[in-house]
Amino acid sequence: MSKLAAKDIHFYYGDFEALKGITMEMTAHTVTAFIGPSGCGKSTFLRLFNRMNDLVDGSRMTGLLSMDGEDIYARNIQVDELRKKVGMVFQRPNPFPKSIFENVAYGLRVNGVKDSGFIASRVEASLRAAALWDEVKDKLRQSAFSLSGGQQQRLCIARALAIEPSVVLMDEPASALDPISTAKIEELIFELKKDYTIVIVTHNMQQAARVSDKTAFFYLGELIEYDDTKKIFLNPRVEATQNYITGRFG
Amino acid sequence: MKHQEKESAALRKNIGDMWSLVQSQLVLAGEALFSVNKDQATEVITREKRVNAFELLVESDCENYIALFNPVAIDLRLMLSLLKINTNLERIADFAEGIARYVMAFEKPAIDPELLLKLRLHSMYDEMLEMFNLTRLSLDREDSRLAGSIFAKDDVLDEINKAATPILADHIRNHPDQVMECLYLLSIIRKIERVGDHCNNIAEEIVFYLDAKILKHAGTAAREAFWRGEDAGVTNCRILREDSDTPVPPES
Repeated sequence: MSKLAAKDIHFYYGDFEALKGITMEMTAHTVTAFIGPSGCGKSTFLRLFNRMNDLVDGSRMTGLLSMDGEDIYARNIQVDELRKKVGMVFQRPNPFPKSIFENVAYGLRVNGVKDSGFIASRVEASLRAAALWDEVKDKLRQSAFSLSGGQQQRLCIARALAIEPSVVLMDEPASALDPISTAKIEELIFELKKDYTIVIVTHNMQQAARVSDKTAFFYLGELIEYDDTKKIFLNPRVEATQNYITGRFG
Repeated sequence: MKHQEKESAALRKNIGDMWSLVQSQLVLAGEALFSVNKDQATEVITREKRVNAFELLVESDCENYIALFNPVAIDLRLMLSLLKINTNLERIADFAEGIARYVMAFEKPAIDPELLLKLRLHSMYDEMLEMFNLTRLSLDREDSRLAGSIFAKDDVLDEINKAATPILADHIRNHPDQVMECLYLLSIIRKIERVGDHCNNIAEEIVFYLDAKILKHAGTAAREAFWRGEDAGVTNCRILREDSDTPVPPES
């Protein structure tokens, strides 16, 4: 069974149809990249998986979106419970104005965890999983803002991992980072897929090629092509995909 | 035209110039052979260095293009194909030089015309030149069917090559004074046959570039099927996963 599945998803911002009948499935422990020009609907689609678009006024969705076979838009679904299972990392690192430790512990505390020993062990495990532990273990009480941009982004990934999600959504997680930090994030994504299902939106074609197992190309709200990444980048089936990834688009 | 397209066009021009040079090497080597003209043979040998320089230039062009533009899809396939075509062109030029060196070694002013006729050496050379010209035309026109038509022509070269040994053996028996010429001719025929093989390799690369289909090691039946427009037996260039189609190297 697929980890995430979308069936005939239509999404509207008011009268504007941002997604036009998207149907696709994502397998557990894989990295799926969403690519496409700005405004094609890839970020909108990504955000549906942890219901972040619920807060957008005038938006509505039709179709079926499921995780582990369960409709995540069903009436009985608690959104905060869903978001424990589906973590999110954004384009710009957004640490809270707290210490490094408290940033990672935050999700646990708001979920009612009080056991300080448990929190400490989870913080360490999350920072290790985010490949940041060795760099911050001696300054856990320092402000998160004292970290570099790349470290802050890995801290945000650690924060997302602390509540033990099974899916991690990443919206251009390395677009604001230098090549070295980007390489660390990409290496991290590769490592994390052993334990998580990862969906990443990126404008960087080479990044999509490097980190993902499957790639989905979106254009004007439609899913144009979805296939193995190696197939997409060596021999795409659809001409529009080829034109986009080779820079001939438009 | 975008910067990337300009670079790609410049690269294609360079390999096009190399193609023209190799073609003129083959033509000149042929003229030198059939008239035992040592001046022409010397010219072929001298110009071989220019082909080598072109090989290095095209190789460096391809490396730069890959490094600077990170090509994907059809652009990537073009670069991968050009790298291999480049190597094949250089090998073909080596064979032209090899033929010229045998011409230099001929002691007699002409080759027995009756023997040439029996060997069908003129036909073989013409067929080889046509194959070579078709490779260039296929790429220029971006026509993979035309490239596919080259494979059938190689059969003619193979057949003439195969028939050459008994003809030459018989000739040596009747003309023991012409042993060396006959041995040279056999080597030349082998070289012409090898040029045909390299033309096949180039045609395979052109098909890979244009259609993402792998004809290499596909066998004669699959190649002929491709030429007829059928896909039977031809591998599509696709992801080969561990659990399905990973190609297994032959056991040593």
